[in-house]
Amino acid sequence: MAAEQVTPTSYINHHLTFNARPVGEGGGGFWTLHVDTLVTSVILGVLVLGFLWWVVRGATAGVPGRRQAFVELFIGFIDDQVKGIFQGDRHKFVAPVALTVFVWVLLMNAMDFIPVDWIAWLMENVFHQPHWRPVPTADVNTTFALALSVWLLMVFFHIRTKGVGGWVHELFCSPFGSHPLLWLPNLLFNAVEYISKPLSHSLRLFGNMYAGEIIFILLWIWAATGLVGTILGGVLGAGWAIFHILIVGLQAYIFMMLTIVYLQMGHEHH
Amino acid sequence: MEKLQLLATIQAYTGIGIGLMIGLGAAGACIGVGIMCSRFLEGAARQPEMIPALQAKVFLLLGLIDASFIIGVGLAMLFAFGNPLLAVVQGG
Repeated sequence: MAAEQVTPTSYINHHLTFNARPVGEGGGGFWTLHVDTLVTSVILGVLVLGFLWWVVRGATAGVPGRRQAFVELFIGFIDDQVKGIFQGDRHKFVAPVALTVFVWVLLMNAMDFIPVDWIAWLMENVFHQPHWRPVPTADVNTTFALALSVWLLMVFFHIRTKGVGGWVHELFCSPFGSHPLLWLPNLLFNAVEYISKPLSHSLRLFGNMYAGEIIFILLWIWAATGLVGTILGGVLGAGWAIFHILIVGLQAYIFMMLTIVYLQMGHEHH
Repeated sequence: MEKLQLLATIQAYTGIGIGLMIGLGAAGACIGVGIMCSRFLEGAARQPEMIPALQAKVFLLLGLIDASFIIGVGLAMLFAFGNPLLAVVQGG
């Protein structure tokens, strides 16, 4: 790293700082771009889409090759999940959304498997970037972008299914009843539901990935202090890494399932 | 010296706060997961043929129950490493 003495705090801060670029006049604050998040998520998205497009282009109706069978496994798995929750024509939109969300979030989470120090070394020595956070989903912006997009889709489906009038009526009159005195409780109840959905959706994914990264960093700091630290830190680090493999897949799966559930709730009639 | 004292006070209370956040969150999450898994085991014992279907749901619910706890851990980490409450003393 740099020439000055590395302290635990400076190590942590170095690994937790985004590669941020202010944009526009008076930039900074809200108008900052996290270059590392954007670049990594775009590259992973292009990889995912490119791979799927490449496989689909070579797909045959006869006996499938290995990559086609692999992709078919994935699509079959996602289709089963969507079938269990979403009534209506799932192949038009919801199943592709579920597939995209699942695979993309899974790959973004999987960036956590690469040791942070390797990324830091690569970025500092090859690309000359002082800071770089490798996991896009450990950035609140990414998870909120995904969750808010799903939320907007849910509202859009609500309005498309019931019409604007029907949706507003439902905002004020369910679940308690349509008496004018109940309009305010109904609205508050629905507001809490509408606000808590994207919040929990995004923060769950963010919290898991962020906490995972922090615990890795703390374990590697411990491993850098003497022999006992290295042994224990290595053992616990291996254990946490194995557990984290489960968490990475599980959180992507949960994000996808909740996406399907929210989209289904947007299609419901009361 | 005065500033050091103030910093120490803030850090001390923040430390206690972090411990409470993580500890109480963990207690809630573990009790919730324990209840859910005990029901799963009961159902699996009554109907072993339902085990695969129930197991998928168990993992999904595990992630959902863990959510608040993990969000709490994330917030606690924020206070541990980037404590915003220190700004008032550090003149930031």
